[in-house]
Amino acid sequence: MNPVLESTWRDPPGLWGTLCAIDHKTIGKRYLVTAFGFFLAAGLLAALMRLQLARPESTLIGPDLYNQLFTTHGTAMMFLFAVPVMQGMAIYLVPLMVGARAIAFPRMNAFAYWVYLFGGLFLFISLLFDVGPDAGWFSYVPLAGPQYTPGKRTDVWAQMITFTELSGLLAAIVVIATVFKLRAPGMTLARLPLFVWAMLVTAFMILFAMPSVMLASTALILDRLVSTHFFNPAEGGDALLWQHLFWFFGHPEVYFIFIPGLAFMSSMIPTFSRRPIYGYPAIVLSLTTTAFLSFGLWVHHMFATHIPDLGKSFFTAASMMIAIPTALQIFCWITTMWKGRLDLRTPMLFVLAFFFILVLGGLTGIMVASVPLDLQLHDTYFVVAHLHYVLLGGAVFPLFGAWYYWFPKITGRLMSERLGRWQFWLFFIGFNVAFYPMHHLGLQGMPRRVYTYPVEMGWGALNFLSTVGAVMIVASVLVFIVNALRSYRRGMLAGENPWGAGTLEWATASPPPAYNFERPPVVRARDPLWQPIAEPPAEPTQVTGLAERAREVLVTTVLDALPSHRLLFPQPSVWPFVSAITVTVLFIGSIFTPWALVWGGVPVAIAVTLWFWPKRREQLDSLALEKRP
Amino acid sequence: MNHRSLDVSGLPSYKFSHASLMWWGLMGLIAIEGMAFALSLAMYFYLWSQAPQWPIAAAPPDLRWGTLNVLVLFASIFPNHWTKRVAEQGNEPAMRLGLLVCGLFGITLIAVRALEFTTLNCRWDTNAYGSIVWLLLGLHTTHLVTDVYDTLVLAALFFTPGPREGRRHVDVSENSMYWYFVVWSWLPIYAVIYLVPRLTQWTA
Repeated sequence: MNPVLESTWRDPPGLWGTLCAIDHKTIGKRYLVTAFGFFLAAGLLAALMRLQLARPESTLIGPDLYNQLFTTHGTAMMFLFAVPVMQGMAIYLVPLMVGARAIAFPRMNAFAYWVYLFGGLFLFISLLFDVGPDAGWFSYVPLAGPQYTPGKRTDVWAQMITFTELSGLLAAIVVIATVFKLRAPGMTLARLPLFVWAMLVTAFMILFAMPSVMLASTALILDRLVSTHFFNPAEGGDALLWQHLFWFFGHPEVYFIFIPGLAFMSSMIPTFSRRPIYGYPAIVLSLTTTAFLSFGLWVHHMFATHIPDLGKSFFTAASMMIAIPTALQIFCWITTMWKGRLDLRTPMLFVLAFFFILVLGGLTGIMVASVPLDLQLHDTYFVVAHLHYVLLGGAVFPLFGAWYYWFPKITGRLMSERLGRWQFWLFFIGFNVAFYPMHHLGLQGMPRRVYTYPVEMGWGALNFLSTVGAVMIVASVLVFIVNALRSYRRGMLAGENPWGAGTLEWATASPPPAYNFERPPVVRARDPLWQPIAEPPAEPTQVTGLAERAREVLVTTVLDALPSHRLLFPQPSVWPFVSAITVTVLFIGSIFTPWALVWGGVPVAIAVTLWFWPKRREQLDSLALEKRP
Repeated sequence: MNHRSLDVSGLPSYKFSHASLMWWGLMGLIAIEGMAFALSLAMYFYLWSQAPQWPIAAAPPDLRWGTLNVLVLFASIFPNHWTKRVAEQGNEPAMRLGLLVCGLFGITLIAVRALEFTTLNCRWDTNAYGSIVWLLLGLHTTHLVTDVYDTLVLAALFFTPGPREGRRHVDVSENSMYWYFVVWSWLPIYAVIYLVPRLTQWTA
């Protein structure tokens, strides 16, 4: 530990320091804990739904509450868990993996977190007050329009979307700027770890997809609040416009939840196969191809509408085509494992489960990509089964693996292998018991989003089985929590690199110091820690000459990561927090009156101005280090 | 293990344009907002494709103020370009003048924009045509107002007594960059709001 660097880079102590924190590791951990909290809350709602459906004609939960439960479950899982948790992983790990002292725009990063937290709390607090949204997680008009859903429930949904998407967009900019400009010297794009490639691709997808849903939710709330007619067919509007705007975002969203899952896979597989990844260029090309293709699939969510047949054929073809890059990556991973020496630790169990579950989800995906079959299965439990196989198999299984894998880096201690295996098998079996029967229920015609069903339908047994699976999943998550808490206090000390991995985050202490690296590394290979260094080294191995008493970082060039300039980074500040509060007031106010956009804008402008305004101390520090270009 | 060091202490402490971190952050914002504009324009054409006549029960917006805005916006490129150049030379007195002139241009544009809203010949709550026209103009106005505010805050900073670091000049340079986006994004929006309704009437 270098005490000078530590005091330079540390967030301030105490409650005040908590509000001012900008260290990417602090913010990343907050994202992970917050997203896990929303995962538990939304999971609890799912467990309630499963209890209600366990037997026919159950009266445990009424239709109105049930509508709020499934809407909040879907909304929270997609917007408050799946996307932010992946961004949290990126925010914690990307700067470490590229050998940087800090993340780009650290204050904006903190601001994005606070906006996300307040938006998420807003959704769940609304649910507690019986104004939880109830029109489904994709909030279709005309149901969600002013005529069929009066009251504030859909307004809560619309503003929560605008909140969290704002946060997601800012976090994407932060990741892109970090990857492009703050890489260690020598880490050319061709040496970028696959994890970072995947997070970069994800960030770009967010940049181009999320504006669509923000625009949609804004148009929806305008229809509801100031009587515009975007979605009102009586006055020249169109209900399908909503579906286009929503799914132009919604389909890429599935992939920017899935691609980080691939990032975890490509990190864990080489480590536990004890060899570099096979087919690095093929994997990078697959990731980018998937990103492009994912923008050409959105209409396959709309096969049950009056879209022209030619259009449907195009989107069927595109939906089939996107299986190709994913398959390519799967073959690269299989080759890596085949040619390596496999070490079946807990993270690897989750990796192997990915192959099983995602492939099943992918196969049902090919089924519903065909128009005639989709018309039969649309809005049935078959789709519920399909989407959970894809999302849990593609993202949540690798995510749990990733948590076991990086937990020692974040906390300095390893998680228990024994409890890890218990959790894995409970989760794997519980998942299949819960979701596999839904395929059959869907084929038998059980529609989604019904709060109960008559005995005569004969769906009781499979629904009961599904609820048993849900209970196993709850047990598995409890085991995970116990494991995490116990290991956090008493787990085996991890050291720098407990798994013998090859990427840079393992080149520093666990948990990493505030400054990440005492001397930022110079990179010569894709797996820098597996690259032998000649004694004495022929080339530079580390960076010196950055200030120690000021927050100075090295900026490099985009393609080749050649040293470009030194840059002074901002100090911790409370203004991102205050700005997030003012933005929250504006958003929540706008549910009640459009004028909130005007008077609510004033405190926002004041807060961001004070945020930007330089302090004299910082200016003097900066001048002392200044060197004109 | 032996180490060899790469000494970076001799490197400059800031750089302009795409070498800077700020430029990349700004490009991210421009990508997001450009996407929002593109999608709003797509909404316009989608709604048009669903309508039996276009504009729906309204005369096209009056050309006067919107066209004036095109002229003033393009004229404002010159002071912005000049301010960007003097920022990159590090000439602070010139930057102060430049920011003031850019700010004045911005205020003029907001005033003209206010007049523009009065001559659209439609309301947002009459029908979908009115809604999308107001959305397009509203979206662009938001960008206009925020960038003018940004320019004025920068101007205020440069009028307060120093010391001032050279990296603040990067902020001035990037502020002009963002203004270019505000100017160029207006062209397609202007064409759609003002010319498309005339085109449809003329072809009908």
